[in-house]
Amino acid sequence: MANTTEAAHGAAGSHGADAAHGAAAGGHGAEAAGMPQLEFGTFPNQIFWLIVALVAIYFILSKVALPRIAGILADRQDAITNDIAAAEELKLKAHEAEAAYDKALADARSEAMRIANETRAAMQAELDEAIAKADADIGERAAESEKAISEIRASAMESVEAVAKDTTGALVAALGGTADEGRINAAVDARLKG
Amino acid sequence: MATEPSEGGLVFHPMDQFIVSPLFGDGAVSWYTPTNVTLWLAITVGVIALLLVRSTKEARVVPGKAQSIAELAYGFVYKMIVDVTGKDGIKYFPYIMTLFMFIVVANFLGLLPMSFTTTSHIAVTAVLAVAVFVTVTVLGFVLNGVSFLGMFWVQSAPLPLRPILALIEVISYFVRPVSHSIRLAGNMMAGHAVIKVFAGFAAIAAISPLSIVAITAMYGLEILVCFIQAYVFTILTCVYLRDALHPHH
Repeated sequence: MANTTEAAHGAAGSHGADAAHGAAAGGHGAEAAGMPQLEFGTFPNQIFWLIVALVAIYFILSKVALPRIAGILADRQDAITNDIAAAEELKLKAHEAEAAYDKALADARSEAMRIANETRAAMQAELDEAIAKADADIGERAAESEKAISEIRASAMESVEAVAKDTTGALVAALGGTADEGRINAAVDARLKG
Repeated sequence: MATEPSEGGLVFHPMDQFIVSPLFGDGAVSWYTPTNVTLWLAITVGVIALLLVRSTKEARVVPGKAQSIAELAYGFVYKMIVDVTGKDGIKYFPYIMTLFMFIVVANFLGLLPMSFTTTSHIAVTAVLAVAVFVTVTVLGFVLNGVSFLGMFWVQSAPLPLRPILALIEVISYFVRPVSHSIRLAGNMMAGHAVIKVFAGFAAIAAISPLSIVAITAMYGLEILVCFIQAYVFTILTCVYLRDALHPHH
């Protein structure tokens, strides 16, 4: 069975590596098709080319690829560190700016307060002055008015006297008496005083 | 199950994909003959150069896709070495990176249809494993002198047990390159052979849909295996290297 290529393939296919192993171990030459992995004639060839390949890879990696990748990673690390430092700095600046802003705000507020107070005081003073002035004006006017009223009253009194005398004279005349102006005046005056 | 004579037309050649043949002509394969192994090793070297050198040419601070892959591979292996061996293992970074990149790229190239999987050959993986074994052993003796042998003399064990443990330790130490190489080659070979067997079933019309689904599933698994085996090989190399650097753990 092991001598025909067909059967050897079948053994390897059906029973896996073990069967193939057995077939190859069971007297196959380099030409047999049991397990190509065990054809020792090809070993020198594989080993030679493998060593060539490994040496090539080793030089590619150690001379070019690895230093370059290490450089890239270091650069990135640097960039990240720098960025973090810059961010820290900016944060500090932002804090400073915020403090300055707060201070400016507080200053402005106190200034505003001061100006408001001053304005209020000035207005109060003006107001007081105006009130005082107005009070004085009003007093003056009131005095004038008082005077005018008393004048009017005096003149009214005079008028009343005159009217009373005239009326009395007319009444006396109507009652058939003779109006003596002197007596009428005396009588009216006496009545008015009384 | 596969090639009963009654099934007639079904022929399986799952191992043909691993045959080493000369690129030019049909002559014998001597040590210098350019073969399909040579071709695929060259493609592996080319892909690694493309991946790690060409992509990082512009050295952008914000990487593109290819540069990201290169940086990812670099960071992956670098972190592995630091985690497993500590800072003093970094000296051997190019060596381990070479192993990792070679295995992972060769594994994935092997998944291309019609390609040749160099890492499925025991000759290739054995060279890799023996190189690691020899390097680690020589390094261990150069760095630690004879006290490197103290690794086999387990101080924490009770005294009567120590000779027995020493024997076991020595045997396991020498078995390392064998398991190291067969694990990789075996995984690669088995997966590819299974895919080929499923592909053979596709010749029967009734089974072919199932066969295609099975091939797809296997292919997905193989993608996983390709990476995991490269990872396993590399991390074991790191573990062995740690033994050489710090034999008294």
